[in-house]
Amino acid sequence: MDLFHNLAIGFATAAQPANLLYAFFGCLLGTLIGVLPGLGPLATIAMLLPITYALPPDAALIMLAGIYYGAQYGGSTTAIVVNLPGESSSVVTTIDGYQMAKQGRAGVALATAAIGSFFAGCVATLAIAALAGPLTATALLFGPKEFFALMILGLILASVLSSGPFIEGIGMVVLGMLLSLVGTDLNSGSQRFAFGVPQLFDGLDFVPLAMGIFGFAEIVKNLEQDDKLSLVTQKITNLFPTRDDFRRMVPAMLRGTTLGTLLGVLPGGGAVLSSFASYTLEKKLSRHPEQFGKGAIEGVAGPESANNAGAQTSFIPLLTLGVPSNVVMALMVGAMNIHNIHPGPEVMTKNPTLFWGLIASMWIGNLMLLVLNLPLVGLWVKLLTIPYRYLFPAIMVFCSIGVYSINSGTFEVYEAAVFCVFGYVLIKLQLPAAPLLLGLVLGPAIEENFRRAMVLSRGDVTALLTSPLSASLLAAAAIAVLLIMLPTIRARREEALQE
Amino acid sequence: MKGLAIRNQRAFACGALFLAFAIFFFVTALSYPAGTVARMGPGYFPRLLAIVLAAIGLVVILGAMKSSAEPQALRKWDLKGLAWVTGSVVLFGALLFPLGLIGALFVLIMVSSRASHEFTWIGALTNAAVLIALCLAVFVYGLGLQLPVWPSLFN
Repeated sequence: MDLFHNLAIGFATAAQPANLLYAFFGCLLGTLIGVLPGLGPLATIAMLLPITYALPPDAALIMLAGIYYGAQYGGSTTAIVVNLPGESSSVVTTIDGYQMAKQGRAGVALATAAIGSFFAGCVATLAIAALAGPLTATALLFGPKEFFALMILGLILASVLSSGPFIEGIGMVVLGMLLSLVGTDLNSGSQRFAFGVPQLFDGLDFVPLAMGIFGFAEIVKNLEQDDKLSLVTQKITNLFPTRDDFRRMVPAMLRGTTLGTLLGVLPGGGAVLSSFASYTLEKKLSRHPEQFGKGAIEGVAGPESANNAGAQTSFIPLLTLGVPSNVVMALMVGAMNIHNIHPGPEVMTKNPTLFWGLIASMWIGNLMLLVLNLPLVGLWVKLLTIPYRYLFPAIMVFCSIGVYSINSGTFEVYEAAVFCVFGYVLIKLQLPAAPLLLGLVLGPAIEENFRRAMVLSRGDVTALLTSPLSASLLAAAAIAVLLIMLPTIRARREEALQE
Repeated sequence: MKGLAIRNQRAFACGALFLAFAIFFFVTALSYPAGTVARMGPGYFPRLLAIVLAAIGLVVILGAMKSSAEPQALRKWDLKGLAWVTGSVVLFGALLFPLGLIGALFVLIMVSSRASHEFTWIGALTNAAVLIALCLAVFVYGLGLQLPVWPSLFN
């Protein structure tokens, strides 16, 4: 059994005492920062990235993954206790989770989220382990045409799934791709859009950009709003769901996990889409849809399982094809590059202990979160009482040091400042930043594969459509565009992505 | 006929932003050799993308002026908050080497704190003391990141 053999290699790596410790620190730090409202997994990973610089690659990746689902998890806690989603995938959890908290069932809601996430995490880990082999084998069949088509599909889906009008999402993707052209053209070695600035010869860095937009500009936005937190004041005592709760949450968890596992693999998908889809499904299937929005436990169990499963399976396209399916995965690419690992089909064959160790650590991390979070919930809630005026300078300090330490240079700090202003413009214009960042990350690979494909076909553009694989990927992208143009689907999407 | 009115200010501004970037990239890319489809030069792909972005910008602008467009005004800007936050980051970059980490962090925290309307001197000073101590402990002594701790005068 290959699967079990591989998992055994993975657990041997992940269970080394040092790696266990890093996984633990990652989960702890991720939860700690993820709990704070307005800081999602992306900003959390970006901020904590420098902490991993000094570590060996496998430890660094294990810790980063821990930070990722720790932050994801922390978001649910805020959603339930203060009605503020810590990040976008816990938006739906606020609907019923906060209602449960108001009814004095915050403990049960938190426990439901924890158990659901853990269960989903276990299933998703197995799914990754089972799918990694076959998908990596598929990736080896991909030529430039197929990779080009796959990435186009991913970008189209990412803009379909972002908030706001579809055309504006596509515009952001293209703008991101244009920004990715800054730097040295690999084919000819000439400089493009660098204007003689040596620091730009390597291109715009992803991390300062992400921190400027998701860290600094978010702070300006948060400061504009009146920060009145509707904290649930009663003590969180009873964590145990009743027998009736169990009866209602288990099926929801199973459905949420299945949905999340499938949707997470989709390019452009991931945690956000999964949780929305699961909520809609649970409401549809329920015999008491009127209870939704008033504290239905299915409305917490389903989406929480789905977003955790989706968050984890979104590693699949990254690890097997080297294509990040969402912005957090794009940041993971940046983090891996810093440690000299280039995600793609080669990672599994060249570096099996790292690959399987990361996967095994996901399961361990999920277990740690379960143990860590339920008893410490009181502590996390206390964190929320820190006023924002003390918090945001701390975020700025960590982001600034983080940005500086990428290259030990101040150029990146100024870059982040510029993107703070740009990010603020985007917020004011309600333009989605996620497609921009994905365009930025995928841009160079798209150009390279497109140029290579055209060299191979001697300039015949129709070659993209004569290969069955690339043709079907492009057809899927075209169908997605056509579907979104249909008025009924457009209305449904606006409803679902309403924040 | 009130055909050419900007009904959706927000969308109009988005379209204008796309168009401005498209023109900038296209014009700059004109100085790079384009090559042919089979052998693309460094200028080919940027021009292609810039044209796509320009087209998208135009569609968004036209959509904002359609008589059926939903009227939407631009949101209010808080330039003061933006200036405090951005300014403190720039100052951090500029002061890190002359003042060292401790001085630069102090300036960063004090200046950025001004962005909050609940700003107090005592609060900001306390916060600065705690955060500087934490950063020294974690980044400099704990992780050993290469950061200039003291002002360059002492080196």
